[in-house]
Amino acid sequence: MSESRNVSIRVPVLARVEGEGALDLVIEQGDIKELRLRIFEPPRFFEKFLEGRHYAEVPDFVARICGICPVAYQVTAAQALETLFEIDIGPWARAMRRVFYCGEWIQSHSLHIHLLAAPDFFGCGNAIELAQIAPEEVRRGLRLQALGNELMELFGARSVHPVGVRVGGFHAAPPPERIHAMREKLAAALPEAEALVRWTAGIALPPDAQEFVSVALRHPVDYAIEHGEIAASDGLLIEAAAYPEHFVEHHEPHSTALFSSYQGRPYLVGPLARLNLNRDRLPDDVQALLAETGFALPSGNVFQSMLARAVEILLALREALRLLADYHAPASPWVDATPRAGVAVGGTEAPRGLLWHRYEIDTDGLVRNARIVPPTAQNQARIEADLRLSLLNFGLDHADDALRLHCEKVIRNYDPCISCATHFLRLNVSR
Amino acid sequence: MSANASVRPRVAVHKFSSCDGCQLAFLNLGEDLLTLASRVDLVHFAEAGPLDADAEVDVAFVEGSVSTPEDLERIQRIRARSRVLVAIGACAVSGGIQGLRNGADSASWVARIYDHPEAIASLEHSTPIATHVAVDFELWGCPVTGTQVLGVVNALLLGVSPRDNADKVCTECKRQGYPCVLVARGIPCMGPVTRAGCGALCPGLGRDCYGCFGPAESANTDALSAQFARLGLDTQAIARRFQSINSQAPMFRQAADKARAAGNE
Repeated sequence: MSESRNVSIRVPVLARVEGEGALDLVIEQGDIKELRLRIFEPPRFFEKFLEGRHYAEVPDFVARICGICPVAYQVTAAQALETLFEIDIGPWARAMRRVFYCGEWIQSHSLHIHLLAAPDFFGCGNAIELAQIAPEEVRRGLRLQALGNELMELFGARSVHPVGVRVGGFHAAPPPERIHAMREKLAAALPEAEALVRWTAGIALPPDAQEFVSVALRHPVDYAIEHGEIAASDGLLIEAAAYPEHFVEHHEPHSTALFSSYQGRPYLVGPLARLNLNRDRLPDDVQALLAETGFALPSGNVFQSMLARAVEILLALREALRLLADYHAPASPWVDATPRAGVAVGGTEAPRGLLWHRYEIDTDGLVRNARIVPPTAQNQARIEADLRLSLLNFGLDHADDALRLHCEKVIRNYDPCISCATHFLRLNVSR
Repeated sequence: MSANASVRPRVAVHKFSSCDGCQLAFLNLGEDLLTLASRVDLVHFAEAGPLDADAEVDVAFVEGSVSTPEDLERIQRIRARSRVLVAIGACAVSGGIQGLRNGADSASWVARIYDHPEAIASLEHSTPIATHVAVDFELWGCPVTGTQVLGVVNALLLGVSPRDNADKVCTECKRQGYPCVLVARGIPCMGPVTRAGCGALCPGLGRDCYGCFGPAESANTDALSAQFARLGLDTQAIARRFQSINSQAPMFRQAADKARAAGNE
């Protein structure tokens, strides 16, 4: 194939991603002239219509930003407000928030691996086709996804836009008999999750080592999910409140989502970034399983994100089991909140990466100003940088279909949640 | 025993402005998803993989609200190619939570948010599908449930009209034997005016229903607003109760307007 071939690939609608995006790729004279992940999901202006709402409404509102990761939004908002109001929700609610969040990781990661990402690596167009050649693996994935949903329902009554979280804790505590039944299911799923890790580790991936900064929460003891400070692989370690001093958002005309940068450069958030920063927080036997499968960390190959998700499913199952041991329903599942004026800030690890919230609250407990930075907006610049590098590694002389499929695989590594990414607006800062 | 592909009903799932949560009613079906895929021909469902937005189908499920100039044209194309069109979820049937922008100056929001406002195509209002095309069936809920969507698919497979429960959440509470949070605990619950279908999840957790399934048939919002006032809610707080997930549903919009007007007197 000639080096001077001109290629124009337009993928008007990306399949198997959450929300609406497209890809434009132009190659001229053997060089990438244009490469854009175009996000055209219409903006929904959440931050604007949160203004004037009562703080107690915020968890139910922000859930609607994303059907796949509503828990991340609810817990981040509730925790930010609890910090401002100086509420200690107590050990029971703290532990159960983490369990609730584990449910979402299990659900979201299982959905992504089996329904969105894996078909690419088996030459299938979708999970239905994949189920023809790997029926047991797909069914196992659907079972894990269902278990994650069930864990979310235990605390939230439903898994899409759950209704259990309130500022101060939970509206209700599950009765012990339901927890016992859940523990049995979680224990039974552990070997399935281990088998999933081995299966994903066995999938042949393109070799694609790249240099980038990983950003994730880091906690002194736990594998960071719902708590921790913001860490970067270059050594940065800051409190959530300092996020805007280090991370900047800007708008490009081809996207309704804002681009984020750190020190003027793209950065990675999400499961691989978390493992790159927090592998020492994994239980010993999970680390041993990683060593056995040959998953070396830190990793610069974002294709390993699917394996990272499988590892985090196993971790989330174990965490939920650990935290539900010796369960006792509390006297009250929440503590009363008294609003105070000020700025509420918080960050957690949504399934797709760091999620950061900031709310200005007035003396009546009403929201005066809101700012939300979702993981996919943070990954957007990294996705474009990755596409460029990965395509050059792959070789531009492949046929159009192969180039297009390679680009789609790269994009799906990030599990972009485009619905989330576009609901945000930048705060007008003048300093 | 798999049906012949040529006689399986052709089904599409389309997305407009939304959180993707109602599509999860399909993607969270588990084993039933594989069964569904064997009984119907899923010709377009971008999030699941199949892409053929312009295919002629027997049933089109439409998630999301109309909120861009391109949406206006796309929904017409979908309608023209679909025998039955089913709007699923609050966004598609009432304009959804993003309908809260209706009445606000969203153009100025865009200018404040984006460095390149000219690149953002966004209509002033977020509107339900039925504002633009004929809708054969509407499923309320934020989100809709797997039971709701499978109910429609099964009814259509059997050639009967789908049924939906337009009664109030209160009836579900009574059936489940939940104590009334409004009467017994004085919590401002939207259950008396909200459509059934969720199974009274919120009162089941001892909290207020916040109306995510939209207005019930023949509900008395005046009486509920008066009850909220007796519980100590001011007019702004009463308006906010009606102005949330389904703020543009006419019954809720009128109740909110009425509360605000009372506050301005």
